[in-house]
Amino acid sequence: MAGRVIFDENKCKGCELCTTVCPVKIVVMDKERINVKGYHPATVKEMDKCTACSSCAKICPDVVIKVERL
Amino acid sequence: MAKELWKGNEAIAEAAIKAGCRYFFGYPITPQNEIPEYMSLRLPQEGGVFLQAESEVAAINMVYGGAGSGARVMTSSSSPGISLKAEGISYIAGAELPCVIVNIVRGGPGLGGIQPAQSDYYQATKGGGHGDYRLIVIAPSSVQEAVDLTQEAFDMADQYRIPVMIMGDGMIGQMMEPVEFKPVAKRVLPEKTWATTGTGGKRKPNVINSLFIDPQECENHNIKLFKKYDEITANETRVENYNVEGAEIVFVAYGTTARIVKNAINTLAKEGIKAGMIRPITLWPFPTAAVEAAADQASVKAFLTVEMSMGQMIDDVKIAANGKKPVHFYGRTGGMIPTPAAIVEHAKKVLGGAK
Amino acid sequence: MAVVFDKTKGLTDKPFHYCPGCTHGIIHRLVAEVLEELDLVDNAIGVAPVGCAVFCYDYFNCDMHEAAHGRAPAVASGVKRVHPDKTVFTYQGDGDLASIGAAEIIHSAMRGEKFTTIFVNNAIYGMTGGQMAPTTLVGQKATTAPLGRDENHAGMPLRVSEMLATIPKAVFVERVSVHDVKHINQAKKAIKKAFQTQMEGKGFSIVEVLSTCPTNWGKTPVESLKWLQENMMPYFPLGNFRTPEEEK
Repeated sequence: MAGRVIFDENKCKGCELCTTVCPVKIVVMDKERINVKGYHPATVKEMDKCTACSSCAKICPDVVIKVERL
Repeated sequence: MAKELWKGNEAIAEAAIKAGCRYFFGYPITPQNEIPEYMSLRLPQEGGVFLQAESEVAAINMVYGGAGSGARVMTSSSSPGISLKAEGISYIAGAELPCVIVNIVRGGPGLGGIQPAQSDYYQATKGGGHGDYRLIVIAPSSVQEAVDLTQEAFDMADQYRIPVMIMGDGMIGQMMEPVEFKPVAKRVLPEKTWATTGTGGKRKPNVINSLFIDPQECENHNIKLFKKYDEITANETRVENYNVEGAEIVFVAYGTTARIVKNAINTLAKEGIKAGMIRPITLWPFPTAAVEAAADQASVKAFLTVEMSMGQMIDDVKIAANGKKPVHFYGRTGGMIPTPAAIVEHAKKVLGGAK
Repeated sequence: MAVVFDKTKGLTDKPFHYCPGCTHGIIHRLVAEVLEELDLVDNAIGVAPVGCAVFCYDYFNCDMHEAAHGRAPAVASGVKRVHPDKTVFTYQGDGDLASIGAAEIIHSAMRGEKFTTIFVNNAIYGMTGGQMAPTTLVGQKATTAPLGRDENHAGMPLRVSEMLATIPKAVFVERVSVHDVKHINQAKKAIKKAFQTQMEGKGFSIVEVLSTCPTNWGKTPVESLKWLQENMMPYFPLGNFRTPEEEK
């Protein structure tokens, strides 16, 4: 089942909790960019692998993540 | 309605109910216990709630919650209990909530005693809790006045969103006097649109708060509070002038002490000494103008403040007299009550010295 | 396309001020989601504590009171007595609830006040800078216990849920954690039950949530979740301590 995660990127504080819970390990920190807060934001590089499980959203302490099922 | 004989504490409680108070949160302490006892029976009859809290600290915070929720709320205590309530009173003043706090003052400091005293004047009028804030402080000198002013206190509180303290002493609380419950003059009161009642999905959330983390916002809030305090000072200052015109000596006394002073004034009159009295009914706002006017009066040689304390209100009298006339003091404290004879004697001493 | 996860209407749009990785944000979200799912957002009145969560009155999208340190249960008692038909909750940390507000929480539970308390236990004073809390573990370092908590000097950490569970009118008491997704789901269930218990008028309800403080623990957010699991959970065991009789 395909899914999509959308990050409200400027609210991300770079805590990395979302990267530890993804079952398909596609959530990573974007080390090439910083957001308005000055953090490397979380991102997904291989969105086609997303299962829309919402684990990343559930552990995010800053309600950064929205999840859609395609 | 015919006059009935009422005990002060119970009369204050009934007056609160007549004023629409339906929630009372308190904790036992002598000499005010008849207030919570009376409320515990009467409020449920009126569809209200009496709740005995685990401490004065909890009681005043229940008042904070109830007042923020839009209800007419009261608590009562006596000196050591008011010290415990000081934290909550500061928050209530900061969050601009209306409520009525009855303080039936007893001797201090510390556990002090349970007899009448006026040694909490500073605490009531100069803060008590932290921060720049004021309470309206009302000092009745009879049970009738306590009843009238308790009823009005709820309107004052709602009109200005400010805690109002009824400051009596063990005498007011414990004695019985004839009382008539009369309706108070109607005021135009603002709607409590700020109260937490659940948004009902119809408005933005209301927040009851005294935290202003930005120092500029905090200063602005203080300035706003003091504009309100100026308005209250202009509109709500209450004072009784008794025989001040032509007086050689002007007593300043409040509450039950003022009744004793009246006896002394009548005794002095019989001896040909013209004495008068300024009786502050509101301790805050203090009737500065009345003292100023007396200080400017040619006949007045001196002021004599009489208090059941070591001398607290005398500071406000001195500020108002502003050096124009000497301000003397006579006081008893710790639960000792001044006698008319002692006051007469002291007045003569003052006049002897003043001549 | 279907949205399977989005920010709840129980929260405002204001970004949280919490440190990166602090699990307060997760707990806020769970409370807000429960309020929305039970259709209580418009009916709710919350009471904020003093401590890191002091600004939660800006985050919950309902009427709020900001209480003095530890006094939230007394404030909530006043609110609920005036509005018995509303949903009232306090959100408190361990310094606020277990130390300065110990009397208020115990007596609110004793009276069976019909509000819900969300008790966030992260074993430290966060806002003031990492001082020792009543819940700080033995040996755990704090800025006022620089060599670690010494049980012969400061006693043993207070187990609040176990203590409150001895009170007859504390009808729902559960300790949960938010260190992984499974436990976050369980925490949400407990919070929902607590609010349902309140709305059914059964008595006092509390959910203790084990939470992290990466900043004052001196650990990364990810390390903190592991530390919570390995150090806090053995001393503060998860589980339900009280459920209303008829639901057992």
